Amino acid sequence: MAKELWKGNEAIAEAAIRAGCDCFFGYPITPQSEVPEYMSVHLPEHGGVFVQSESEVAAINMVYGAAGAGMRAMTSSSSPGISLKQEGITYLAGAEVPAVIVNCMRGGPGLGTIQPAQGDYYQATRGGGNGDYRTVVLAPSNVQETVDFVQEAFDIADQYRNPVVILADGLIGQMMEPIEWKPIAKRDLPPKDWAACGRKGRDHHNVINSLFIDPEECNQLNNHLAEKYAEIAKNEVRWEEVECEDAELVITAYGTPARIALTALETLRADGIKAGLFRPITLWPFPEKALHELAAKEHVRAFLDVEMSSTGQMIDDVRLGVEGQKPISFLGQAGGVMPTVEEIIEAAKNALKEVK
Amino acid sequence: MKKEIIISGFGGQGGLAIGKNLAEAGMDEGLNVTWAPSYGPEMRGGTANCSVVLSDKPVGSPVFARCTELIALNEPSLEKFEAGVLPGGTVFVNSDVVTDKVSRPDLKAYYIPCAQIAEEVGNPKVGNMVMLGAYVAATKVLKPETIEKMIETMFAGPKAKFIPLNIEAFRRGMACVQ
Repeated sequence: MAKELWKGNEAIAEAAIRAGCDCFFGYPITPQSEVPEYMSVHLPEHGGVFVQSESEVAAINMVYGAAGAGMRAMTSSSSPGISLKQEGITYLAGAEVPAVIVNCMRGGPGLGTIQPAQGDYYQATRGGGNGDYRTVVLAPSNVQETVDFVQEAFDIADQYRNPVVILADGLIGQMMEPIEWKPIAKRDLPPKDWAACGRKGRDHHNVINSLFIDPEECNQLNNHLAEKYAEIAKNEVRWEEVECEDAELVITAYGTPARIALTALETLRADGIKAGLFRPITLWPFPEKALHELAAKEHVRAFLDVEMSSTGQMIDDVRLGVEGQKPISFLGQAGGVMPTVEEIIEAAKNALKEVK
Repeated sequence: MKKEIIISGFGGQGGLAIGKNLAEAGMDEGLNVTWAPSYGPEMRGGTANCSVVLSDKPVGSPVFARCTELIALNEPSLEKFEAGVLPGGTVFVNSDVVTDKVSRPDLKAYYIPCAQIAEEVGNPKVGNMVMLGAYVAATKVLKPETIEKMIETMFAGPKAKFIPLNIEAFRRGMACVQ
């Protein structure tokens, strides 16, 4: 199949259309505005509905309504806009309504900057809204993965009746890369017999609701959700290991920093340093078992976690996976500044020095 | 082979398009490519730049501090990025706009009068194609035929009348460094 050069954000929108997205609701914000822009032109051509909402809060509630009626619905935004959507996302999770939410992260906190960052890891993986819930979080690190994941995200959402987050960053949204429109394996999905789209001969109305005032009932829902999350954790965890077979130093990174780390690996290997990359692809569920096993290997001496976050967020999950078996160093840049290849090389060398 | 190129200039000079054309032609030749723009609260007349990687191996980082080549379409771009060019690298200067010379003796410099040539071929808008020609001829990293074929695909249908103009500009740019 011929390769085509696509900009990340436009590719996200096209991928969603190809996945059968029926409705898109969004509000412009840099660096993801090309997603609604593309959708506004092309989704209606495919019979879908595009609405530029009056706010992010409205957009996510439109998603809630449309997806609750059984439509494939999606929204996209960037960090501050995603914060505004958190109430809607917890409602979606509580009412078990599938939806796809794209976050092209930018620097924070607050309005921050429009440059790429990864400060929303906690928000995405811990549930940024209230209550005990999880969203599946897919973290692509190139445009090809982004389009593959967007297409698959709709199926994952429908299979588990759960919101799925694509956690990209401003660079992935803005950059262009060759991609192939590969056929994505379709999952065997259950019928949406829960959707509130008319009685259709049933003896009852379907109700989309996240209010369970009776504590027993609410407890039951939570237990059911916990079981569902355990099932997702069992089935959906993904990661990639690059040159980890003999690695003394393992870099952990996702998204854009993982790409930068790949370039750093070339120099480190050329300098005789056995370095590898462990790249979580699903941030929730996090590949902690795989990381634990890697940390147990004798040849692995130290880890270096690299993020576009100054405090480190994924490093918490890295610690849970490594479980103290090996030391973990950290390199972080935030606020729209990306860690450089040179910084990663230096931090990697220092991390190894400390254990030698 | 790995080229890490920065193309920088005023908004409207076609610098981002040069980058996109390099990436597109690189892809057509089977290379791994990335194109990453600077983005921000840009204004008309402000500077814009993009980073392009052409590589025979999968591309890791699409952004870089040091480049193999710099295409400087305006004065501030030369000022800002010259220091970051790798030793032995090449700088392409849009000499109609930039009066400064490349100051580092370890760099190869080409001075291309893009605007003048564009004017000569009949349209000031094709200055960027002149520069693309100079880059392709000097680095030999892409085949001229690939670019010309790409130009033909790019201006399809009612825009087909722009094909000869762009190809002419591209060839004149190549001739500048041969």
